[in-house]
Amino acid sequence: METKLPPASTPTSPSSPGLSPVPPPDKVDGFSRRSLRRARPRRSHSSSQFRYQSNQQELTPLPLLKDVPASELHELLSRKLAQCGVMFDFLDCVADLKGKEVKRAALNELVECVGSTRGVLIEPVYPDIIRMISVNIFRTLPPSENPEFDPEEDEPNLEPSWPHLQLVYEFFLRFLESPDFQPSVAKRYVDQKFVLMLLELFDSEDPREREYLKTILHRVYGKFLGLRAYIRKQCNHIFLRFIYELEHFNGVAELLEILGSIINGFALPLKTEHKQFLVRVLIPLHSVKSLSVFHAQLAYCVVQFLEKDATLTEHVIRGLLKYWPKTCTQKEVMFLGEMEEILDVIEPSQFVKIQEPLFKQVARCVSSPHFQVAERALYFWNNEYILSLIEDNCHTVLPAVFGTLYQVSKEHWNQTIVSLIYNVLKTFMEMNGKLFDELTASYKLEKQQEQQKARERQELWQGLEELRLRRLQATQGSREAPLQRLTPQVATSGGQS
Amino acid sequence: MAGAAGPGSGPGSAGRDADDSLYPIAVLIDELRNEDVQLRLNSIKKLSTIALALGVERTRMELLPFLTDTIYDEDEVLLALAEQLGDFTGLVGGPDFAHCLLPPLESLATVEETVVRDKAVESLRQISQEHTPVALEAHFVPLVKRLASGDWFTSRTSACGLFSVCYPRASNVVKAEIRQHFRSLCSDDTPMVRRAAASKLGEFAKVLELDSVKIEIVPLFINLASDEQDSVRLLAVEACVSIAQLLSQDDLEVLVMPTLRHAAEDKSWRVRYMVADKFSELQKAVGPKITLNDLIPAFQNLLKDCEAEVRAAAVHKVKELCENLPIEGRETIIMNRILPYIKELVSDTNQHVKIALASVIMGLCTILGKENTIEHLLPLFLAQLKDECPEVRLNIISNLDCVNEVIGIRQLSQSLLPAIVELAEDAKWRVRLAIIEYMPLLAGQLGMEFFDEKLNSLCMAWLVDHVYAIREAATNNLMKLVQKFGTEWAQTTIVPKVLVMANDPNYLHRMTTLFCINALSEACGQEITAKQMLPIVLKMAGDQVANVRFNVAKSLQKIGPLLDTDALQGKVKPVLQKLGQDEDMDVKYFAQEAISVVAQRLRKLDFPVKDSEEHRAPGPDKNHFLRPGMLGEDTGKFLSLMSRQHKETERLAWLLRGQ
Repeated sequence: METKLPPASTPTSPSSPGLSPVPPPDKVDGFSRRSLRRARPRRSHSSSQFRYQSNQQELTPLPLLKDVPASELHELLSRKLAQCGVMFDFLDCVADLKGKEVKRAALNELVECVGSTRGVLIEPVYPDIIRMISVNIFRTLPPSENPEFDPEEDEPNLEPSWPHLQLVYEFFLRFLESPDFQPSVAKRYVDQKFVLMLLELFDSEDPREREYLKTILHRVYGKFLGLRAYIRKQCNHIFLRFIYELEHFNGVAELLEILGSIINGFALPLKTEHKQFLVRVLIPLHSVKSLSVFHAQLAYCVVQFLEKDATLTEHVIRGLLKYWPKTCTQKEVMFLGEMEEILDVIEPSQFVKIQEPLFKQVARCVSSPHFQVAERALYFWNNEYILSLIEDNCHTVLPAVFGTLYQVSKEHWNQTIVSLIYNVLKTFMEMNGKLFDELTASYKLEKQQEQQKARERQELWQGLEELRLRRLQATQGSREAPLQRLTPQVATSGGQS
Repeated sequence: MAGAAGPGSGPGSAGRDADDSLYPIAVLIDELRNEDVQLRLNSIKKLSTIALALGVERTRMELLPFLTDTIYDEDEVLLALAEQLGDFTGLVGGPDFAHCLLPPLESLATVEETVVRDKAVESLRQISQEHTPVALEAHFVPLVKRLASGDWFTSRTSACGLFSVCYPRASNVVKAEIRQHFRSLCSDDTPMVRRAAASKLGEFAKVLELDSVKIEIVPLFINLASDEQDSVRLLAVEACVSIAQLLSQDDLEVLVMPTLRHAAEDKSWRVRYMVADKFSELQKAVGPKITLNDLIPAFQNLLKDCEAEVRAAAVHKVKELCENLPIEGRETIIMNRILPYIKELVSDTNQHVKIALASVIMGLCTILGKENTIEHLLPLFLAQLKDECPEVRLNIISNLDCVNEVIGIRQLSQSLLPAIVELAEDAKWRVRLAIIEYMPLLAGQLGMEFFDEKLNSLCMAWLVDHVYAIREAATNNLMKLVQKFGTEWAQTTIVPKVLVMANDPNYLHRMTTLFCINALSEACGQEITAKQMLPIVLKMAGDQVANVRFNVAKSLQKIGPLLDTDALQGKVKPVLQKLGQDEDMDVKYFAQEAISVVAQRLRKLDFPVKDSEEHRAPGPDKNHFLRPGMLGEDTGKFLSLMSRQHKETERLAWLLRGQ
């Protein structure tokens, strides 16, 4: 990435986790699907953007901005902006090279000018600037080349017109950051519709474009107070659609990163709207398949909320327990990581509220046959703060986990896990020897009780089943003898179960 | 089992009271509350059993309130609950009490998870039909209104699916209210709700009075079709189909067509894709006149759209579009207004477009007839048979039967052959696999002579492919070919070549011989199996590779039924016994398995009486004269015995013993 940007967003945001392109781990099996995909001839990118350009006029270089007297500067600026509004076909890399070069030079000059010269940004140029930006960046993103694009596995589809597009974004950014920039003037042009289209661009597959968009949206959010609520609402819509409808949106991590810094600035007490965002959007986001792509940013947002308002802890933890992964061990490890981050900031009064369901889940993780999950869960006991919480509440926590730990210590296939469990059990013993002895003693009894319960359950259901059949017979009987009144529907609905 | 369930208790109220005391609701609810999700899920799935145990009254008074109160659970459990409740009317006391089911379903219709919500809506729709008109207005319509004005988008989304089921049976006043609610959802602030409304717009239009459609639905449709989000606009295209069906041609032209024309040129490719994807439905809905004036030009644009996705979607509809044109003038329209575009698409830059085209283009033969096919389509087929993309060629070959009907396959055979040969040697094994699967079809259409000359060697080459799936498919292919061309052909062309491979230095090829024998023995019949195949199999029992040896055991087991006692007893059994002593565990295992099967077979042959069950039926009367004077119960066995055609000597021996 050759952007000359300041570090992605405000100092309060996380240090761009996961944003640098991480090389995907090499596949171990011999049938790498990546190599197969590469072999496929790259389809030429189509561009919906270029579609509506018909009568292409020839571009001729204009004089340099710095060469004209100040009185003519704005007139020339307008002409340059108009020039930069002409679009070129980048799929055909040899088409109209001269025109492309003229536009590139003009854009460079504009970037330079808006960034360094004071007094350029007067009111009349705003509409021209916004028009030029809109024409260039707003486009329907082309269909993804690869319908099951996996951000962790596949090479992204890069934007072919990037040589121009980058300069436009750079110009936009400098425009927003210029000391002369006046939001009160710009808000006439940077309106809700503009923001909506800007947000739609976050679905771009090109990470370079998303990086620019992230910084730009952050600046817009900062400067246009009137658009803040709207931006938050539209982000919600994007996330909800991502969670419940499409499961596909490339810019989730970037949007979350912006939101992370927004949440950081929320005033206390938190508004209902913000709490609702946490509970109804951020927590359900954990259920998405591609969680790994944006988990760092998501966890950051969640922890930010909890640091603002500790009373949300119970909601958050119960939510995470609800969406706890059933089969995906990779996600389970992420959940455990996030849970530890939450426990790091939890208040003891909140811990008491969720300790039991939480540690039952931790115990289930310890008994996972996937050793990384078990290991990650057992690492909780290396955390001093968590350990102190456990100690303070050992009468609740110990009984919740003891049975599982005891059993797994005898059965787990992985030696590392077994020895880690022994350490944990040892800690328990030191923590409260008496309780430990009691639990050991009652373990067998509990096992027997469990079996007894299972037997009783089986008997109950057997009885119910027999009863059902009897009832069915009865209703059938009653059909033959209509004197006995029983609703005939019972037979139909009972029969299909 | 039903009988075992104590018929003594008998149907009646006395028995039911006794049951109730056995199952207090607390126990049942405990089951629904179990800490283990799986157990909870199991209980919910048997909710009808629980309800039955409680009886209708307590289900209404106790179970349903409990379910309504404890809606917060795993989505999995909620889904099961939503599904169960749809069939619950009988369990709460019939249609008069159907409204009791609404509260829990209403809560379920507001949860976050789409799957649960959709299921709840489905169940609500089902239950709505069981409501009386009075109950519908008293209970169901208020529920729809509550959902439609809910705070969170989930309940409003769910409401969209319920309007059409309650509208037809509502009174006029209520109808107006329902329309009002639907209207406001169509302009909801949340795009999710607008999408839900747009996707139900067509369904709702169908139950409305025609005037309301014109006055109210059409403006909604136009609004949604120009929504700021393309995800909403594209759903309006779907609604367009239903709305168009309801309107007269004149109304259609004025009210719908401007919007549809616009959609076909929308700036978002997703909307244009939707138009292409729904093209056949649109065509049927607007009728032939508008199709000619408007849809054909739109279709031409879609065929040369700048996005390949749109082109491919349009190409998929080419055949259907042509088929559905009015027969009169159809040929001219296709030749002048469609075919020129298709000709260009044959050399499209995108392979998905070409693949799509290859899958439908052959269908045009029957529509255009012999002459046009030869003059215009044949060159396209030939070009596509030479396409660089194997899927294109494959699609053409897989649809050859269409051409065959119209002009006969011979026209193509010269170009076909290189295409087939190239596909047969394609680097991707899935492509090779695909072409193998068309071989029997091709063989049937090209005839034995052509096949022997050109394709036979390919079929043999696949037998030594380095991918197992190809070798496997190749053996199956041989079997199908033998079924087609007969045993004589097999004996001269296939069998010798297969058997030669038994001496191949590569053990995988030697195994292929065995697999071929497994596949071919039945098709080739007893004689070839016994005389030509068996000796080779037996010889291979001495192979130095264990895999070959245990496959010998498997093959012997497989071809056993085709062999007679002498061969089994004298040749197969000793070899298997030797393999049974093999040093390799697997060989031993499969040999022993084969031995027991062969032994069973031998027992049957030795004591054919055991076969009586199977052979009772065929031709008993033919051998009446042989019927010996035995006890009546044995006659059946004798009759069956007589019917057996082989094993002459043994049968006589047995008869003598019997007498």
